[in-house]
Amino acid sequence: MYNKKELNRIKEKKIDWEKNHYSKLVKIHPERKDKFENLSGTEIKNIYTPEDIEHLEYNKDIGFPGEYPFLRGVHSTMHRGRLWTMRQFAGFGSAEETNERYKYLLEHGETGLSVAFDYPTLYGYDTDNLLARGEFGKCGVAISSLKDMEILFDGIPVDDVTTSMTINGPAAIVWAMYVANAENRGISKKIIGGTIQNDILKEYIAQKSFIFPPEPSMRLIVDTFEYGFKQVPRWNTISISGYHIREAGSTAVQELAFTLGDGIEYVKAAMKRGLDIDKFAPRLSFFFNAHNDFFEEIAKYRAARRIWAKELKKLGAKKTRSLLMRFHTQTAGCTLTAQQPEINIVRVTLQALAAVLGGTQSLHTNSMDEALALPSEKAVRIALRTQQIIAEESGVTDTIDPLGGSYYIEWLTDKMEEETYRYFDKVEKFGGVIPAIEKGFFQREIAESAYRYQKEIDENKRIVVGVNDYKTDEELSIPILRMDEKGEQRQINRLKKLRRERNQSKFDRNLKRLKKAAEGDENLMPYILDCVHGYATLGETCDVLREVFGEYKEPAIY
Amino acid sequence: MEKKIRVLVAKPGLDGHDRGAKVVARALRDAGMEVIYAGLHQTAEMIVETAIQEDVDVIALSLLSGAHMTLFVDVTKLLKDKNMEDVLVVGGGVIPKEDIPALKKAGIAGVFGPGTPTDDIVDFIKKNVKK
Repeated sequence: MYNKKELNRIKEKKIDWEKNHYSKLVKIHPERKDKFENLSGTEIKNIYTPEDIEHLEYNKDIGFPGEYPFLRGVHSTMHRGRLWTMRQFAGFGSAEETNERYKYLLEHGETGLSVAFDYPTLYGYDTDNLLARGEFGKCGVAISSLKDMEILFDGIPVDDVTTSMTINGPAAIVWAMYVANAENRGISKKIIGGTIQNDILKEYIAQKSFIFPPEPSMRLIVDTFEYGFKQVPRWNTISISGYHIREAGSTAVQELAFTLGDGIEYVKAAMKRGLDIDKFAPRLSFFFNAHNDFFEEIAKYRAARRIWAKELKKLGAKKTRSLLMRFHTQTAGCTLTAQQPEINIVRVTLQALAAVLGGTQSLHTNSMDEALALPSEKAVRIALRTQQIIAEESGVTDTIDPLGGSYYIEWLTDKMEEETYRYFDKVEKFGGVIPAIEKGFFQREIAESAYRYQKEIDENKRIVVGVNDYKTDEELSIPILRMDEKGEQRQINRLKKLRRERNQSKFDRNLKRLKKAAEGDENLMPYILDCVHGYATLGETCDVLREVFGEYKEPAIY
Repeated sequence: MEKKIRVLVAKPGLDGHDRGAKVVARALRDAGMEVIYAGLHQTAEMIVETAIQEDVDVIALSLLSGAHMTLFVDVTKLLKDKNMEDVLVVGGGVIPKEDIPALKKAGIAGVFGPGTPTDDIVDFIKKNVKK
């Protein structure tokens, strides 16, 4: 980007500065640390100059937003054209309670919905299953059937607002419930928009809400890809997620590498089925974490866009839209402190700002009280207001990729890309993502990073404000969300009534047909939709698949 | 040589957040204890069965889903039924302060919330182990 002469002048000047200014000062006043490192353990230099990015060619390596390699953004107007979707992950108790929360959020300026399901739902169990004991509505809403889905979205314009659903093992079934509910309300599936997480690989790696073994799980995912681009064309049929990998303790580089690696695995699986990459790739979306190290996070999102574009091109994608790494971001839950919870607002602000500067398409900001419980109404409103302040007041949205061209950011973006490819090689040596999971590679890498991080905090090498420094004895006094105790019984009664009143012979026939299809190799989505329409419950539908596919048991590694 | 403290680290219920459990398992091991990591999706019966088979001194439970009032207490109840109250039970996770007195009353001797240094857990176990 610089001519040789100019670059030499800069290099000479830098040597002079190091020798005559910097080193002299350091001798008198040593720096705060012997070594400065970011959260991935990359050593950070005292200063970055054109020398650090001299190898970059602007048009080829950086370029313009909306153009290959999309480093500066996926759209040519980015946040000048349209702000990101403000999408707060929410769900607790019964469908009725969560429906109220959604309406509250929409009233306060939220622009998209995001459903958090409780654990039984995530594992494909109905509320009245013995394994659901104690978990009803605890960390999300309980959805056991289409009936619950109807209540969850009652009075919400599903033809207008898009909905993201964090559901993986039983994603196909829960998605079918959403589609069926829209259809029953007379809304065509061709126009509804949203996202299902549907990313099973990171479940094995980090989030651990898996049901079936890898092979049938991948089949179900490819089924949703195919059904999606043919029948529900505005739906993102996967959200390839680094968020949970990071929350489980990985570094930013590991998050980036493992997530994109998973993405490539899905593309390959769909191509193996014979699907046209330019048909399904435009509906692949991503989900990243926004952790504490401000610049590292920004570089991570930028690197992700460039790597994804390169890799998809290599895999044969031709359409521009196939190459776009569109992503949702959530601020890092694991950075929230139970101590002095109000200061979490500041953490979240910085993390959200990194996501915006990194070009996110959608954002969830955590609430200050989430290290204690699910967020209260007030806490979630402040979290939403944080996004609105960044969007409306800070001015950071006025130009595209404002940090592009920063010597440090471009250097770091490059560095993270380089390290990602190093991880790709390692995974390749295992024979791909699934064999690496089965051998515990990712799990061990993450556990190692998590332990190192905790050690650094325990040994005061890493300061967490309010936890190992700047502590107060102040008593905690923020109100905690408490749920309606009667919700669980209401839900169980609803299930009983549903089982009593539905057309039983139709129900039997639907499940039988699903089982037969699962034993073969047809796309299961139409069969699942029939089951759901006939009010088969989530648990009943999943049980059929469990019977055919078996269940996954993970190797316990620490 | 002094007998090593044997600890069973387990995640009851469906919650998949295992970062804390794994970090604690390692910290206890590094502190010289023998750690059996039962892993995810354990029922109270499974946990107590493993505790018997492995003859552990301590059961360390971790839960972030909010179901601790049910799932932690299931374990201590079962231990009581089996006359195994000499096993020390500790728990950690996202646990509101208001729930702690009830958990202690139910036999969860130590409750550790977010931000607890791992040394605090090690010290607590060493001081309170009953066997």
